[in-house]
Amino acid sequence: MNALEVRGLVKHYPGVTALDGVDLAVRPNEVLGLAGENGAGKSTLLKALVGLVTPDAGTIHVRGEQVKLRSVVDAANHGIGMVFQEQSLVPNLTAAENIVLGSEGPAVRRGIYRWDVMRRLAQEQLDKIGSPIDPLARTDSLSFADRQMVEIAKVLRIEERSQHPPVVILDEPTSVLESKEIETLFAQIRRLREFATVIFVSHRLDEVLDVCDRVCVLRGGKSVGEVAAAGAVPRELHRMMIGSTGSDDHYHGSAATTVVEEQPRLSVRGLSGASFHDISFDVAPGEIVGIVGVHGSGREDVCRALFGAEPTTAGEIRMDGTRIDLPSTRAACAAGIGYVPAERKTEGMVGALSVAENMTLAKQQARCAGPFVAPKKQATLVDSWIRRLSIRTPGRDTPIQRLSGGNQQKVILARWLVAGDIRLLLLDHPTRGLDVGVRSEVYRLMRELAATGVATVLLGDSLEEAVGMADRILVMNDGRVATEVPCPTGAKPTPLDLVKEMV
Amino acid sequence: MTSEVVTAPRRQSRRGAAFRDAGPPVALIVIFAIFSALSPQFRSTDNVQNIVDAAAVLAVVTCGITFVLMMGSIDLSAAGVMGACALTVSLLVANNRNDNGFGLLGIAVAVLLGCAFGALSGLALVLLKVPSFMATLGMSAVGLGVATLMFAGVQPNITDTMVKGLAIERFLGFSYLTWIAAVCVLLGWLIQRYTRLGRYAYAIGGAEEVLALSGVKVKPYKVAVFALAGAFYGLGGVMVTSQLGAGLVQAGDGYDFSAITAAVVGGTLLTGGRGGIPHSAVGVLLVMVLTNGLVQVGVSPYWQGGVEGLIVVAAVAAAVIPQRRRNQVVK
Repeated sequence: MNALEVRGLVKHYPGVTALDGVDLAVRPNEVLGLAGENGAGKSTLLKALVGLVTPDAGTIHVRGEQVKLRSVVDAANHGIGMVFQEQSLVPNLTAAENIVLGSEGPAVRRGIYRWDVMRRLAQEQLDKIGSPIDPLARTDSLSFADRQMVEIAKVLRIEERSQHPPVVILDEPTSVLESKEIETLFAQIRRLREFATVIFVSHRLDEVLDVCDRVCVLRGGKSVGEVAAAGAVPRELHRMMIGSTGSDDHYHGSAATTVVEEQPRLSVRGLSGASFHDISFDVAPGEIVGIVGVHGSGREDVCRALFGAEPTTAGEIRMDGTRIDLPSTRAACAAGIGYVPAERKTEGMVGALSVAENMTLAKQQARCAGPFVAPKKQATLVDSWIRRLSIRTPGRDTPIQRLSGGNQQKVILARWLVAGDIRLLLLDHPTRGLDVGVRSEVYRLMRELAATGVATVLLGDSLEEAVGMADRILVMNDGRVATEVPCPTGAKPTPLDLVKEMV
Repeated sequence: MTSEVVTAPRRQSRRGAAFRDAGPPVALIVIFAIFSALSPQFRSTDNVQNIVDAAAVLAVVTCGITFVLMMGSIDLSAAGVMGACALTVSLLVANNRNDNGFGLLGIAVAVLLGCAFGALSGLALVLLKVPSFMATLGMSAVGLGVATLMFAGVQPNITDTMVKGLAIERFLGFSYLTWIAAVCVLLGWLIQRYTRLGRYAYAIGGAEEVLALSGVKVKPYKVAVFALAGAFYGLGGVMVTSQLGAGLVQAGDGYDFSAITAAVVGGTLLTGGRGGIPHSAVGVLLVMVLTNGLVQVGVSPYWQGGVEGLIVVAAVAAAVIPQRRRNQVVK
C-alpha cells in the first residue's frame, strides 16, 4: 500500500492553472524526489499535501484511505509534515518550544509550562536525528543548518500524533546550506528513511538523484513521468522538465536585435555588496542580458543594486560611458533606469491607486504642468500607452488591483516608458505568475523596447525563458559571475549547459 | 518560487543580543551614580524610598502594557481603564457617596472590570480587525466616559481605612503599594516565563504566522493578553485611588504614555518579540530616577514632559539601529 497517493489533483488560480491533474504515489520508506521548473506546480502540490491549499478536484489518499486536508493540523494528524523552504521557526523561542509548538501535550499542564518535561520531549525528537543541539538554546542563536535540524525534529513529532510512520516533505532544503551542511542533511535523510517516508524537492538535479530512490517530474501542473534515480543522469531529468516545447517563436527570436559593437549602455566593473562580489559586465544598447543562478546566487541583489536599492561596497557603474553613483532609487530613476520587481503585488504597484497613477508613479513630470497634475495631459498620455500596449482595463481610473496579472505587469512596464527617457530596464522575474499567452506579449514588448535601443537586464522566471530571450547570459554562482555565455538566436545554449555552471 | 510563509530569521550574534539586554541596567546604574555625585539630597535614603514608592503605580501599569508590546501590538487604553476602575473601587468601598463597604471585594471587582475592558479591546482587534492602536484608543475614551458617568459631578472621597492605608502605611521602609507592585512584577515575570499565555505572547511577537502554521489558534491568546493587561491597569487605578483618597476620572492621566516609555526604555521593542517584565521593571526605575534626579539637581519640573518624550524617541531609535535597512517602510 502506498504511504501517500495523489490522484488527478487540480488547482486553478485566477488566470493560472497551477495543478492540472497531478498523479503521484509515494511508497512507504522511500525517498521520492520531485523535480520541475518554476511554475510547474511543485509548491502548490506540496501546499495541498499539508492542507494549506484546497484542491479544486482530485483526491489525496493516506495509507489507502481518502482524506481531506483542511489545515496543517489536519495534515499532521494524518502524519504528513513539511519542512518549509523559508524556515518556519519562532526565532525568539527556545528550540524545545519550537519542536513541541502546537502539540505541547504533557509539557504544558493547565497553561503552566513544565520546562523539564518539555526539554525531555524535545530531546527525544532530537535524538531521533542524532542532533547534539541544546533544546533550551534560543532558536535565533543557532546556525542555519542547526535550525533546519530543529525543524526536522519538529516535523518528526507528528509521529506521536498519528501513530503511523510519518511522511516528511522537504521543500528546497539545500538552497541556503554550505556543501558540508548538505552532506549532514543527506545523511539525515537516509536516516529518516528507516522510519519515515520522505518527499524531497530541490532545484539541483544532481542532489535529487543523489539522495532519492525515485524522481517524479512535474511540468505545467501535470506529472510527466518518473525515473529510478539509480543510473539516471541530470540531463535526462532536465529534458523531461523542459519538455519539447520552447519553440523560438514564443520568444519572438526573429525580432531579436542585432547588437552593433559600440559603446556599452551599461558597464559594471568590480561591483561588490553584501551578497555579491566583484561583478563585472557590459550591456550594449538594444541588448538583452540574462542573469541566471540558483536561489542565493546573489543575482536579485545585483539587480537591486543597479537600481540603487541595495548598498554596494566597491566597484563602479557607467551609463553610456559616464560614471554614475546610485545611492538611492531616485538617482537610478533620474539616470534613466527602470526596474520591474519580482514581487508585483507588494513592490511593483500600489493596488488601490488607478492605472493612470500607477503608470505615472515614477515619472510625475510626464503628467504635470509645473507642480500640478494636468488632467488632460495625463489622460492623453495614459490612454495612448493603454492602446499601445493593449492593456485590457475598463479605463485609466480603474484601480490597478482589479486588472489581471498580465495587464498589471504591462502598466508597470509602461511606468518606465511614459517619459521616453528609459535607457536601461531591469526585469526581475517579469513573467512570474503570468499564463502563457500573456508571457508571449511581454516577450514581444521586450523585443520592441530592445529594438529602440533600450538595454535590458533580465532575471528570468525559468532558465528556458532566460535562454529564449537573452542575447547573452551571465551565470552567477555564490555571489560571483561564474561564466558568460553568448546566446544568439539560432545558436542558443541548452539550459543544461548553464545548470552545470550554476551548481 | 518563493513560498510566502515567513522570511528566514536573520542571524544575529549572541553578543549583540546580550549587549542590548545589558544596556538599560548599565544606564540605570550610570545615571544613578551621576545624580548621586551631583546631589547629596538625591542619594539620601529618604529620596531613594521616594523614588521607589513613586514608581509603584507605573510599575504595575507597565507590567500590563509589556505583555501587549511583547506581542507586537500597542495599548493606549490605560488612562481610560484606570479612570473607570478608580471610580468603581471608590464607590464600592466605604465612601461619602453611598453606604457601600465591600473592602477587598470592591478591589477585586475593579480589577475584573479592568480585565473586561482589556478583553473588549482584544475582541475588537481579533474579531472586528480594528488595529490595536485604534481599538485601545477607543476603549480609553469609553473608560473615561464610564468614569465620568459614575463621577456624576460629586467626587467620591473614600473613608475605607484599609484602602487609604495602602498608600500611607509602611512595611520594611516601603509603602504597601510598593510591595504590591513588587508582587505584580514577580507575578508578571512568572507568567512570562512559565505560562503558555506568556510564552505565546512572546512568540506572537516573534513570528505569528509560524504559530498559525503549527496549528496554534492565536486569537484567544491575543484577547487573553489584552485582558491580562487590563487587569493590571485596573489594579493601577485602585492604587491611584488609594494615593489620592478619592476616585477621580483623571486617575490614569499620563500613565499610558509613561508606561510605554518605561517599557521601551527598558528594552521591549515596539515590534514585539523582545524584552519582557524584568526589562520593563528596569525601565520604570530608569524613568523614575531620571525625573526625580532632574528635579533634585535643580532642573525645572516644567521640563519633565518634554524630556520624557525625547527619551522615548531616542530609546526607540537606539533599539532599531541594528534593523535599519534601506527602503524599509515604517508606518
